[in-house]
Amino acid sequence: MAFLELSNIQKSFGSVQVVKNFNMAIEKGEFISFLGPSGCGKTTVLRMIAGFETVSSGSITIAGQDQTHLKPNQRNIGMVFQAYALFPNMTVGQNVAFGLKVAKKPKDEIESTVKEMLGLIHLGHLSDRFPYQLSGGQQQRVALARALAIRPRVLLLDEPLSALDAKIRVSLREEIRSIQRKLGITTVFVTHDQEEALSISDRIVVMNEGRADQIGSPFEVYNFPATRFVASFVGTLNMLAGTVADAGAGRILVDGQSLVTGRDRAKLQNGAACTLALRPEAVRLGAAGPGENLLSGTIEEVSFLGAILRVRVRLGENAVSLDLFNDPAKAPPERGAPATVAFSTQDVLVLAER
Amino acid sequence: MSGKRIAAWIAVAVGVVYFIVPLISTFEFSLRMRRGEYSFDAYESVFSDVRFHTTFGYSAMMALLTIVFGMLLVVPTAYWVRLRLPQFRPVVEFITLMPLVIPAIVIVFGYLRIYNSSSIIPFTASTRATDILLMCSYMMLSLPYMYRAVDTAMRTIDVRTLTEAAESLGAGWRTILFRCIFPNVMSGVLSGAFITFAIVMGEFTMAALLDRPAFGPYLQLIGANRAYEPSALAIIAFLITWISMGLLQLVSRIGRARPSAA
Repeated sequence: MAFLELSNIQKSFGSVQVVKNFNMAIEKGEFISFLGPSGCGKTTVLRMIAGFETVSSGSITIAGQDQTHLKPNQRNIGMVFQAYALFPNMTVGQNVAFGLKVAKKPKDEIESTVKEMLGLIHLGHLSDRFPYQLSGGQQQRVALARALAIRPRVLLLDEPLSALDAKIRVSLREEIRSIQRKLGITTVFVTHDQEEALSISDRIVVMNEGRADQIGSPFEVYNFPATRFVASFVGTLNMLAGTVADAGAGRILVDGQSLVTGRDRAKLQNGAACTLALRPEAVRLGAAGPGENLLSGTIEEVSFLGAILRVRVRLGENAVSLDLFNDPAKAPPERGAPATVAFSTQDVLVLAER
Repeated sequence: MSGKRIAAWIAVAVGVVYFIVPLISTFEFSLRMRRGEYSFDAYESVFSDVRFHTTFGYSAMMALLTIVFGMLLVVPTAYWVRLRLPQFRPVVEFITLMPLVIPAIVIVFGYLRIYNSSSIIPFTASTRATDILLMCSYMMLSLPYMYRAVDTAMRTIDVRTLTEAAESLGAGWRTILFRCIFPNVMSGVLSGAFITFAIVMGEFTMAALLDRPAFGPYLQLIGANRAYEPSALAIIAFLITWISMGLLQLVSRIGRARPSAA
């Protein structure tokens, strides 16, 4: 039995069903991210685990114990909020000690735990400051320390980095992951930022319209997306509309040009329309190697993104984007110039309709 | 200086004259008790009056109780409306405005009909119970100000998220209310408290008709029977109000200087 199990979870607000038949088994010590666009239900699922939303149907168990109808203050779950939610009338030390005082722990235990937690987040020197005297990043670290101080069975983080600037987000997410690994706490992290989810998760749940479209490791979700939505939401994707010429051989016509897919051939039907997906990093300009696909087109756009040049090649109705490393010794490709794009047959994904 | 500015300053000057001149006259009259010279004899007479001390002390105690029990009623109500029952907000706001609309004399006559000594809840049958009734009427009178002050203070904090954070840390509603919410709306509570104090100290109708030894009826009694002491008492009453308003301003300023996290 998994440590945290969500079974057939459904949630409706009035006539609107926001979570549809959600199932998830999370092992002890795992770091799971719920990834999806706004309104997909990820925060609602998190809040149901915390007990802040009731479950319309289904069950939530932690370590085999049914939590479904328990109040939030009975679940021993730590939570970190997007808006930090530090108590403005308490110092950093008092904030971290709050849960321990509520649990009526002995004074020396409270002191030592507070010291330990503040040491974990490297803010021991700010114990006497009030929240309004801290930066956003510092406040969020204090919120994390406060949630961890009560030694929760599960740690929940609801878009904790959204309110922070880009640089702090990167450093803080690594810090969160490092602390989580150190303490071995089962963690559920909600985010709409795919880079966050991909970089720190053991597994990702990609949610769309109240459903889990795919559950898998970052590698699986990125390289083998199960649905069109997952393919388009996670990472950048080229989508090509084609017609199946030979399902058995995996041959597909795209803008009158023939290419072959080495995977997902079972999804193909002769003469049927299909959608193919191709990651920009799988495509290169120039000649094809042995067994590779080659498509001809015209360079439509070249975008300079610093370390990367993003080039879009127009094939006809379809276009393919690819990334080149910036090379100061080489002039970027010119708009309007003819170009050929090459890619492996194994990199062509055939997408399911959803 | 433009014409608009001159007109504005004239309006201010007229307003100041309208309010200040009577005050100055009252103060000047209160100093005239000793013939031929200014003195504080009227003030000495007031401060040496045992009834002044008794009624002032009684009203101050009632004000304190009104503030404490008012806080215990208003803060949880404002919190609950904000957190769980936002749809009842217009209803609660309407109720808190009623004391501004219904005259005090109508309210106290209603009290006397419902709580008189022959009813099933005879509050007026004993002194202590009448004190409780008077305290409740003061709470009701201060409701518009206390509720608004507390509600405004609650807007500066994210009540919902703070509550959820406290719940996730194992806190029950009592801990949340007294350790997380109350301290963060203290500026609003204190603002309401100072206004309540000023209202209670000067209130006449309810205390007089419930026959309690409050400061308001004492002011009226002295006013009806003495010459110079009423002026001195009027100045003292104004001072109490101004000190309350000043403390209110101070508390608001301190509250603004230390921003609450949302």
